[in-house]
Amino acid sequence: MVKSTTKDAQDLFHSLRSAYVATPTNLKIIDLYVCFAVFTALIQVAYMALVGSFPFNSFLSGVLSCIGTAVLAVCLRIQVNKENKEFKDLAPERAFADFVLCNLVLHLVIINFLG
Amino acid sequence: MMAGSGLRFLVLILAVAICGAASVFQPISDSHRSAAVDVFLPVDGSYKSLGEAYEALKTLEILGIDKKSDLSSATCENVVKVLGSSSSTLKDAFYALSVNGILKCKTGEAVLLKDIVSQLQAGVKGAKSLLDFYYSVRGLVLVKEQFPGTVLSIGDAEAVFRSIKTLSQTDGRWRYSSNNPESSTFAAGLAFETLAGVISLAPSEIDQSLIQTLKTGILKLFDGIQKYDDGTFYFDEKSVDASQGPISTTASVIKGITSFAASESTGLNLPGDKIVGLAKFLLGVGIPGDAKDFFNQIDALACLEDNRFSVPLILSLPSTVISLSKKEPLKVKVSTVLGSTAPALSVKLAQAISSRTKDSSVINNQELKFDADSATYFLDSFPKNFDVGKYTFIFEIVLDDSANEKVYITEAQTKVPIAATGVISIENAEIAVLDSDIGSVESQKKLDLTKDGAVALSANHLQKLRLSFQLTSPLGHVFKPHQAFFKLKHESQVEHIFLVKTSAKKSELVLDFLGLVEKLYYLSGKYEIQLTIGDASMENSLLSNIGHIELDLPERPEKAPRPPVQSTEPLSRYGPKAEISHIFRIPEKLPAKQLSLVFLGLIVLPFIGFLIGLTQLGANIKSFPSSAGSAIPALLFHVGIAAVLLLYVLFWWKLDLFTTLKGVSLLGVFLLFVGHRTLSQLAAASNKLKSA
Repeated sequence: MVKSTTKDAQDLFHSLRSAYVATPTNLKIIDLYVCFAVFTALIQVAYMALVGSFPFNSFLSGVLSCIGTAVLAVCLRIQVNKENKEFKDLAPERAFADFVLCNLVLHLVIINFLG
Repeated sequence: MMAGSGLRFLVLILAVAICGAASVFQPISDSHRSAAVDVFLPVDGSYKSLGEAYEALKTLEILGIDKKSDLSSATCENVVKVLGSSSSTLKDAFYALSVNGILKCKTGEAVLLKDIVSQLQAGVKGAKSLLDFYYSVRGLVLVKEQFPGTVLSIGDAEAVFRSIKTLSQTDGRWRYSSNNPESSTFAAGLAFETLAGVISLAPSEIDQSLIQTLKTGILKLFDGIQKYDDGTFYFDEKSVDASQGPISTTASVIKGITSFAASESTGLNLPGDKIVGLAKFLLGVGIPGDAKDFFNQIDALACLEDNRFSVPLILSLPSTVISLSKKEPLKVKVSTVLGSTAPALSVKLAQAISSRTKDSSVINNQELKFDADSATYFLDSFPKNFDVGKYTFIFEIVLDDSANEKVYITEAQTKVPIAATGVISIENAEIAVLDSDIGSVESQKKLDLTKDGAVALSANHLQKLRLSFQLTSPLGHVFKPHQAFFKLKHESQVEHIFLVKTSAKKSELVLDFLGLVEKLYYLSGKYEIQLTIGDASMENSLLSNIGHIELDLPERPEKAPRPPVQSTEPLSRYGPKAEISHIFRIPEKLPAKQLSLVFLGLIVLPFIGFLIGLTQLGANIKSFPSSAGSAIPALLFHVGIAAVLLLYVLFWWKLDLFTTLKGVSLLGVFLLFVGHRTLSQLAAASNKLKSA
């Protein structure tokens, strides 16, 4: 039973991987950006866990900046993905402009809160 | 002769009733003179500058103090040197001439009068500022006074007058020069003196209309006078960083108006109450500590002492205390500001208002008698209902106008605070120990508070101590003293003070030891008793040691406060106190620096990972537009985003939110345009590809 579960997991992993390879490059770039943002957030959480949350506003600022930009990138990915029928009429450039604008606003707030 | 040809009273009653604080102003006296000797006679025998020498010598001359002859000779040498040299400035020449007017130095042949006159006349012609005019014109006036017979002319007097007049402002103040827009009241005084000098040098050449405009200017300046509540008036500069204070500004204006009034024939009508107020202000300064203030005060008072518009008279009292036991009269002096005798007048005590009954007056319209030997007015009889206490006496002066050449002016009413003192009789003083519940007297002793006694009492904590006495004023009223303290002092030097309260009938203190046990720190033993009675109106205030009392108090429980440690050194309470240790908020524990730096490095790692991933994915900028028309907006777009991020970094480092928001809004608008341009071009390009 265990062996089949492991084999199933491996098969699942392989099928996912092959499917992923087929995705367009621009979406892969966005995925990479999201991973980068999330990793940065994780490192900040680990630091806080280590040394304590003394300037708590700074910690929140840093983590929310990463998470926020990751969320905006995910939204961009949804809007740019050609397979997504809901956003067929939305030009990808428009989505990118929204992404840039929202990021700038997010970072203004983050910098203000950073202290 | 008819009664009408008798004494005509010219009463210059002032319109403004002075309803402020009562205070006494003293004219210049010998204390001023002795202080002047200290301030103005230099230790090393010579003055630092001619200006200082002039101020010192003028003050000493006005006060009638004789100058030392060696000082005069040293100063005269300086004067002759300055007047003889052709390169001395107008200011030095002016002060040299002023000092010469006081010391009357023998100038000899070294000083050629013609040279000085021509230097001053050249100064008048080429004067650019008010001070140039002042020194040169006043210098010429001094030459005319000191060397009579010298022929000098000021040139075109009317033109000089007009060119000085251009510096005047509409609010009555003057500017120092046409370049400097700042106006000052001190400069107004200098201007009046200068113009008075011009008029006196060429009396017939100046048009009356010009003189009239100057008079209206002076009245305008008086509109801007400032005052205190006690009826004093003064001039002060309006700007905060003025170099002249109120004394020098007031003195400058007074000197200016007196010299102007002296120089021209028609009268100058100045409001009388303000003149008296100015005199009171200068007298109210007392003895100034600064040489310049001293000179300004005395010089201005000398101008007020003898002027052509109105000479103020000051009412002063050598002593403001009436002793009912000694039966001495209350003396009042009326003199000019410098202490000279006043003309014939009569002084009346209009009202004497007690501080207790504020509405009714004890004395009404009592004329004071005049003692010609000491030139004082005195009041020697007081009504029967004049009791001890504080009073406000209101004096009125009535001038006898018959033989006066000058116009004198006084205050309408002078309010003076007077204290009446007397001997207070103390009767029925007794001390008793009472049983608390029943109130019966266990032991009672009569006291003679005028001397120390040796009363011995004893009490326990269930009993009370009662002290009572009666204070009566000379008129038989119950007297309530300011201070009535009852002190108990233990053998261990611990003291307790209680207040004796005065009711309508007597003064009494009851100490209930049951309630006071904790206050007395449960200390049993022998307590010294001391009684203090005092008041400003009481001539026989007393402090008497009545005796002692043995107190039997219960044992101190655990939690009761201990008596304070009495140090043996009585002055130790003025020594340094215990050091205060402040408790600050403990700063948060910050992590080690190396740890923070390590994590800083770790943070960079995902970014490097991102870049490596990008290269692995084959991300490129191949579709960056190449043609110039589309490359520039694209470039500007990226530059714009970078600029916004840079602004955010600046915001974190230095700026505040509002500046950043301003910058962001500007850059945002810019970004909007270029971004829209770029992205629409990209969209158009991709549409073309799709359709193609």
